Amino acid sequence: MSTDSRFDGPGPDEIWHSSLAEGRFMLQQCRRCGTCRFPPALVCRECGSADLAWKEATGQGTVYSATTVREREGNYSVALIDLAEGARMMSRVEGIAPDAVHIDLKVEARIVDGPEPMVVFVPTKGDAS
Amino acid sequence: MSHPLRGSAAIVGIGNTKRWKAPGRTPFDQLQEAAILALEDCGLGLKDVDGLFCAISSSGLPVLNVAERLGISVRHADGTMVGGASFLFHLQSAVAALENGLCDVALICYGSNQLSAGGRLVSMPDPQPYEAPYKPRYPISSYALAAARHMHEFGTTRENLADVALAARAWANLNPDAFARGPLTRDEILSSRMVSDPITRADCCLVTDGGAALVVTRADRARDLAKPPAYVLGTGVAVSHRQIAAMPDLTTTAAVESSRRAYAMAGVSPTDIDHVMVYDAFTITTLLFLEDLGFCPKGEGGAFVSSGAIAPGGRLPVNTNGGGLSCNHPGMYGLFTIIEAVEQLRGACGARQVQGAEIALAHANGGVLSSQATAILGSAATL
Ligand SMILES: [Zn+2]
Repeated sequence: MSTDSRFDGPGPDEIWHSSLAEGRFMLQQCRRCGTCRFPPALVCRECGSADLAWKEATGQGTVYSATTVREREGNYSVALIDLAEGARMMSRVEGIAPDAVHIDLKVEARIVDGPEPMVVFVPTKGDAS
Repeated sequence: MSHPLRGSAAIVGIGNTKRWKAPGRTPFDQLQEAAILALEDCGLGLKDVDGLFCAISSSGLPVLNVAERLGISVRHADGTMVGGASFLFHLQSAVAALENGLCDVALICYGSNQLSAGGRLVSMPDPQPYEAPYKPRYPISSYALAAARHMHEFGTTRENLADVALAARAWANLNPDAFARGPLTRDEILSSRMVSDPITRADCCLVTDGGAALVVTRADRARDLAKPPAYVLGTGVAVSHRQIAAMPDLTTTAAVESSRRAYAMAGVSPTDIDHVMVYDAFTITTLLFLEDLGFCPKGEGGAFVSSGAIAPGGRLPVNTNGGGLSCNHPGMYGLFTIIEAVEQLRGACGARQVQGAEIALAHANGGVLSSQATAILGSAATL
């Protein structure tokens, strides 16, 4: 077999999930243009380079947009978070009422353990915005 | 010099089952009926069709299923699936295929039993593992996130959104074939149940069944058929993302790009358009598309709509069939924007007819503001 060694090893989705299972929130950064991307993929969405490196996220972010999903079982937050690194992800903000989550709120990441670990956010302490 | 595809093809036949609630009929039943109606509309037969274009929520192999049922000998086919905008992607593909002789008679078709099958959007097998853990209501929460951002940046209000639904209902009340007719007030809309803030049930499109089809031929052949051709003056498509978190700016859609391409091909600008159809899956989409298609400046969609501009008697007739909000929405509504545009150009719209309509624009959306497609149609006088 003559495969291309640049793409050897586990794929980006596998690396994301296995890192999360170990309690690490990882992002990909382009080695050519420096842009971070999320969700994981093989190429930089900004410049098309296939040379991406993994790095640990700072976990700092800002709410880009937010909605409260209204269900009979209760209301919950769904939000888009602009990460300090520049990528954007869907998540939820915990620790305050869903309808108190507002655009521009400063938040930081927490990893929720479980069979399917996930990244959620809580308001950054001291953010009065 | 005009674009070589401008006016090269025309929509010669339209089929609309208008069966918005039809238990006992499959999506393929709806599609087949629409195809038969569209071919009868122009005087062609199934054996004349050699180009097949279709998409259907419940089938991964629509071209095969449809060709078998209709007995079509396919020489060219396109089953592009980009959600509700698919059929306008198909139209662009059909125009190019016709011009290059890959087919001579193109049939674009769709059917759905979404309402009868349970009343919820038929979800396609397309899992989104980076969204699913957070349980957004699909697709409503994605549109809600766009609406919340639009409100934040531009001061758009729930009243502005309600006025989109009111205008749609006012048009539907002029259309005997619309599913939702009758009085509707701003207060009723504002007090409707919140689903995903700021989107209420009244901000969401209908859930209906339905079937629709178009027949498209080259312009030379179109002139000899039964109905006045609606010439395809310009088309444009664009794709910006799949999941809402990957949309670069939630207040500006790729309709900016799709419409720029369509205007360039047609050689017209927004002020030349007599009649507009935009995909109103949610009230916010009408605002976004009015802005992105150039009918009002970015951020002013709310004020534009609340001025009465798009309602009957306003200065820009928009969604004159009643739209997805009040006429019908079988899940992938795009084809119905074209059908109403063709009927307006034919002057066949009765009480809702836009007087002197010569150029119509139809715009469709798919996914979660993900795919955008614009078509500009004109009467013979615009060639
Ligand atoms: Zn890059």
